[in-house]
Amino acid sequence: MSGANNRLAVFPTRMTLSVMKQKLKGAQTGHSLLKRKSEALTKRFRDIVRKIDDAKRLMGKVMQVASFSLAEVTYITGDIGYQVQESVKNAQFRVRAKQENVSGVMLPAFESYQEGTNANELTGLGRGGQQVQKCKETYIKAVETLVELASLQTAFVILDEVIKLTNRRVNAIEHIIIPRYENTIKHIISELDEQDREEFFRLKKVQGKKKEAAARDTLERESRQAAEVAAAKAAGSNGEAVAAAVADPTQALEAPSDILGGEDEDVIF
Amino acid sequence: MAQTQERTFMAAIGDEDSITGLLLAGIGHIDSHQKKNFLVVDAKTPLSAVEDAFQEFCKRKDIAIILINQHIAEEIRTLIDEHDQAFPTILEIPSKDHPYDPEKDSVLKRVRRLFGE
Repeated sequence: MSGANNRLAVFPTRMTLSVMKQKLKGAQTGHSLLKRKSEALTKRFRDIVRKIDDAKRLMGKVMQVASFSLAEVTYITGDIGYQVQESVKNAQFRVRAKQENVSGVMLPAFESYQEGTNANELTGLGRGGQQVQKCKETYIKAVETLVELASLQTAFVILDEVIKLTNRRVNAIEHIIIPRYENTIKHIISELDEQDREEFFRLKKVQGKKKEAAARDTLERESRQAAEVAAAKAAGSNGEAVAAAVADPTQALEAPSDILGGEDEDVIF
Repeated sequence: MAQTQERTFMAAIGDEDSITGLLLAGIGHIDSHQKKNFLVVDAKTPLSAVEDAFQEFCKRKDIAIILINQHIAEEIRTLIDEHDQAFPTILEIPSKDHPYDPEKDSVLKRVRRLFGE
């Protein structure tokens, strides 16, 4: 996945390079932030898991007590199940969800509250009314425990989901996005270097050509000047003309080579 | 946020004693369509009725918590394991005849799986 060819398709320019460097920096910042978030959530998650474990065990005991008190009621009053089921109208025991913010994750926490009137006020009127009320109290306590457990459980499910998501993002940034930016930057730098070298070589070539042209020009000029000098001398004195004509060509030949050698060093460097 | 605000009821699926106790606590509610938020399961109740009730409670938008007896949860375990939403929360409770066994609980199973025990 994160092979050497894994990079963005961008045009290698200096501007893209700086943009890529910024993006890499952003990705690294994001990575460290997400990592910290994931750690905070995991810590919270472990707390919740421990609480759930305790609460589940507590619930077992509480429900046992509640069942026992219901058995007491049945013993004294007789079976009240049918009566209770039939008198149900509106829920008296309700829950509402509060939101708690843990590193940007909304965790619901249920809160129980009582609403409306007691539907079972007359249950056990003839016999065992007190037991019924006691049993009711016990069950309300039990259900409150259950509500607490339920909010822990909801938080557990949500946190589990969010932690998975965050870890997936952390890993994606660490193993895919950051290498991709790094590869892109490497690619851009190597391309830019390559362009530099090409440019340098091209300049050298142009310079060489220009130098050749300049050398040829000087050579022509020198030979022309030599020829003119020779012509002037020939015109000035006829008597020496023969001797000069013999000497001049050698001068004309030697002088250009000297000039060429002298000027060459100057011109090149 | 609005979604969680509307969920104010609890639903219950269980044997007669558990339901009686929970109703005594006052969680019972019958809405305008005469729909109850609880189901009494006895030996004669068909499994399909339990499944239907469970799925209906899951779909209802006003239920925050579903309480279900563990021995009944065992019977519709696949449905419960499939339920991966945060709302409504499914809570397995012990019943009078069946003591609570933490090994079977869906959530505790997940806990154990996460910690590789």
